[in-house]
Amino acid sequence: MNAIEMRGVHKTFEDITAVDGLDLDVPAGTCLGLLGPNGAGKSTSMRLLTGQAIADDGEITVLGHELPEEAKVARGQMGVVPQLDNLDVDVTVEDNLSVFARLYRVKDVGEAVNRSLKLARLTDRRKDAVDKLSGGMRRRLLLARGLVHEPKLVLLDEPTVGLDPQIRTELWSLIDNLRGAGSTILMSTHYIEEAQRLADEVALMTNGKIISRGKPSDLIREHAGRETAEIYGPPDRLAEAREKAEAQGLRVRPAGPAIAIVGSEKATDGAVPDDAVVRAASLEDVFVLLTGEEAE
Amino acid sequence: MSKVGARRLEPAAITGVMSREVANFRTFWKATTFSSVLEPIIYLLAFGLGLGATLVDGVGGLEYVEFVGTGIVATAVIFSSAFPSMFGTFVKHRFQNTYDAILAAPVDVEELVTAEVLWISLRAGFYGCFPLIVAMFFGLDPAFGMLLVPIFCFVTALGFSGMGVATAATVGKIDHFNYVTTLAITPLFLVAGTFFPIDQLPDGARAAAELNPLYHLVELVRHSAFGYESKDLLHFLVLVVFAIAMWRLAVNRMEKRLID
Repeated sequence: MNAIEMRGVHKTFEDITAVDGLDLDVPAGTCLGLLGPNGAGKSTSMRLLTGQAIADDGEITVLGHELPEEAKVARGQMGVVPQLDNLDVDVTVEDNLSVFARLYRVKDVGEAVNRSLKLARLTDRRKDAVDKLSGGMRRRLLLARGLVHEPKLVLLDEPTVGLDPQIRTELWSLIDNLRGAGSTILMSTHYIEEAQRLADEVALMTNGKIISRGKPSDLIREHAGRETAEIYGPPDRLAEAREKAEAQGLRVRPAGPAIAIVGSEKATDGAVPDDAVVRAASLEDVFVLLTGEEAE
Repeated sequence: MSKVGARRLEPAAITGVMSREVANFRTFWKATTFSSVLEPIIYLLAFGLGLGATLVDGVGGLEYVEFVGTGIVATAVIFSSAFPSMFGTFVKHRFQNTYDAILAAPVDVEELVTAEVLWISLRAGFYGCFPLIVAMFFGLDPAFGMLLVPIFCFVTALGFSGMGVATAATVGKIDHFNYVTTLAITPLFLVAGTFFPIDQLPDGARAAAELNPLYHLVELVRHSAFGYESKDLLHFLVLVVFAIAMWRLAVNRMEKRLID
């Protein structure tokens, strides 16, 4: 059974097409990473799923409820963790949680708040105003707020964007626990590592549509092969190496100051120089090849 | 978890949004109360005692301090409803992204706006009574009719907070509130019969003043102190119509603003 079904969904903003015929299923109990560059349509897709944006065309079903007509009922069973911190900063940690427990019609607000505080590891900070918390604590609270009603489906919109690596790892651990508990998760991200670590499946999105989808390992095997060779050097040398590799039908992508020959295990006749750094192909290779965007 | 209903205006959604307002209000109630108590005292001292002692003897058989003391209730109501709703809505929407968080929960725009307007109006209904209490220290006699004043203030505030929410949903930048304040709020509070009776105005200006909801509140409050009249039902009806019209306008404007 699918927790989310989107069929031929279109959404435009004046002359900008944000979502362009999107077809997307998220099976119940799985974590799907929606990976795409900025402007790919990920956040608009999330808003379509909460009924905060209305599709121009197409069908959307969330937890068996048709949107936008039954969006409110569907929202009652899903939790949303937004990209931007929209906590009430002057209010205490526990009040931030109790307000949302009420909005979600939780019967035992006190119990839900205690459980969420424990999840966010903020029990001893419950009486503190949010503006007294560190950035990592605020992010944990934001996640706990989205889970205060134990939702069946969790939408994570760029959950770790702009966070430093330590806080990001903390969040990943919390999300991984959620995934382990069997929640259905749709997580938009433009961080390759985040998708690779947390998602059962990854859907690559660009220009408002899904261009490829599968388990990270399958996507890598299908689009990038086994190995990638990175070549460093002056521009002339990189141009020459690129020409040789492309002459053999290999795919080459930029990789910061280097170029990366994807599927380099197929190269012959010195297309991969001896000093190239050969590594296992990655989801980043797939992302850049398919979207044409530099990865983060 | 209780079941979320699909019907409109669920009390649980409205009280949930209001609980957020209460939680926030607990952090700034002292400043709000301070200004709500002090402002009418300043107005009464400046106009009631200042003008009353120097230029104006009385109006329509009332001491000027009684005339102004009852009128300033309307000023308190418009200030404590239109401004918080305009600025509060704008800040919560554009700067704090609060509404994105609330609308991700099982709350729709109509419930959100209704809760916001109700909460601001409850506050304004309460703070609107302060000038009357202050005026009693300056000589206004208490009357049983005054017990209805919180209701009059509440209903009037529904209209002005709805107007404030609709304005916040319409303007492009926060600076644009200057136009609204200058062109709408200032004339409304000045030409409401608070500081001078509108029956002395030229015909056109008087007709325009009679369309001002604050004028109807001023009349009701004054009559609550000095005796109700049959036309007060009409005054109250005008306020109810104004409240409903502004509430619906606010919902409409916010739906356009918040739902893509």
